[in-house]
Amino acid sequence: MAYSEKLIDHYENPRNIGSFDKTAEDVGTGLVGAPACGDVMKLQIKVGADGLIEDAKFKTFGCGSAIASSSLVTEWVKGKTIDEAETIKNTDIARHLALPPVKIHCSVLAEDAIKAAIADYRSKATKKAE
Amino acid sequence: MTAITQIRRNDQPIYLDYQATTPMDPRVLEAMMPYFTHKFGNSGSRSHAYGWEAEEGTEKARAQVAKLIGADEKEVIFTSGATESNNLAIRGVAEFYKDRKNHIITTVTEHKCVLDTCRHLEQQGFEVTYLPVRQDGLLDLDVLRAAITDKTVLVSVMAVNNEIGVIQPLAEIGRICRERKVFFHTDAAQAAGKIPLDVEALNIDLMSISGHKIYGPKGIGALYVRRKPRVRLVPMIVGGGQERGFRSGTLPTPLCVGLGEAAEICMKEMDDEAKRLKKLQERMLNGLRAKLTDIVVNGDLEHRIPGNLNISFAYVEGESLMMGIKNLAVSSGSACTSASLEPSYVLRALGVEEEMAHTSLRIGLGRFTTEHEVDTAVDELVRHVNKLREMSPLWEMAQEGIDIKSIEWAAH
Repeated sequence: MAYSEKLIDHYENPRNIGSFDKTAEDVGTGLVGAPACGDVMKLQIKVGADGLIEDAKFKTFGCGSAIASSSLVTEWVKGKTIDEAETIKNTDIARHLALPPVKIHCSVLAEDAIKAAIADYRSKATKKAE
Repeated sequence: MTAITQIRRNDQPIYLDYQATTPMDPRVLEAMMPYFTHKFGNSGSRSHAYGWEAEEGTEKARAQVAKLIGADEKEVIFTSGATESNNLAIRGVAEFYKDRKNHIITTVTEHKCVLDTCRHLEQQGFEVTYLPVRQDGLLDLDVLRAAITDKTVLVSVMAVNNEIGVIQPLAEIGRICRERKVFFHTDAAQAAGKIPLDVEALNIDLMSISGHKIYGPKGIGALYVRRKPRVRLVPMIVGGGQERGFRSGTLPTPLCVGLGEAAEICMKEMDDEAKRLKKLQERMLNGLRAKLTDIVVNGDLEHRIPGNLNISFAYVEGESLMMGIKNLAVSSGSACTSASLEPSYVLRALGVEEEMAHTSLRIGLGRFTTEHEVDTAVDELVRHVNKLREMSPLWEMAQEGIDIKSIEWAAH
């Protein structure tokens, strides 16, 4: 399959691989996908006191498009508020990486991963407030 | 063995996909060349020297193919390849005998061209039984015995599987079929020229052969059709009545000659080549096992051609691995490399779990594979598997002792 240069760059030089402590209060973790489907993404955000996402990390089991999609969104969410990060759309990811049609689901998964990480962060914050 | 160091340009990846196709042996090309130019006659032309010369070429080739499988040359017909041979064998037998018998038995791990032929016959009212295979990829003979009925006309079981390289117990299958008076067809595209095959000893009634899997040209194959006891076929392609009426059309003389030469070389060099490939296979596997944990060989390792390895690298998705190992030409059982997004049906039939099927690579070794290439491949694989595991959440969980199966994944 012929992939775009941007996609290959993210695959070959993935940004922000790694993990945060998922029990930390300032960390939100999203784990989406399924091994049986051939892709699993773990995306984590670390939110600063000012409400901005100061860092993000990912680990992905999946095809090159899945790796590139998750690498890309870790770049995109940094410096954004969680409300802003929530507006990232799979279509933006797919367009940026020029994903072929059969790989669109990888971008959907990346969007799901951000949403799941944000939801996790919010639920921790709510618990803390209570 | 004639030493040939081939043919790969330095800018090309290392070819490790010998089950997909093989490069043509230069000796084969040499044998073919005259038949493209001055020996151009139609082997069906009986009235002049051009025809006789071409016929000499095709008939020598027919004998070479026959010798490889212990057949009589009259029992070999040329086709365009194993796909056509499989179509002709299965549909041809089914249609000829349909008034008396309408049941066909095959296995779930056959090549698509066998399975699809069977599906078409089902649509026309034939009954087809698709036998499961064991976890090692081999057919359970008791299951076969139990499936044969009075209505069974044909058993079609591949000799060697194209994805996992396992060798089916042909002698036993042949014996069972002969006892029960059922024809036995085997798709030997991956087996002919690689392992000894004797249609008499194995009681094979029909056998499909491919040219380009045995270092011969693409676009040519053969079908062995037994004469005693006689197997009859309804032809798929009708016309001038060439090839005993089973397959009309002017023979492509250069391709026939190429197939014949390829068969002869395989026969002469089979023992040495099998030994050499076995060493390379072991070198590859030992090299990987020495440096990687959590790798699984799919399919039985003992009953297997030495030129095949099919390995699941747990926690690493196959397509992403292939993107990494750019210097290696291999194929994957991962869904992501297929248009259907389904993982390999062969691996699934072995009971390989989907997540492991997604992590599989098929590595094919062959006549021109060198030790150096194997070592390079091991290094590249190890490097990229490690790199991808470092970024795999599943690997991370496994290292933390989390059972991946205990998690409720949302299938998507």
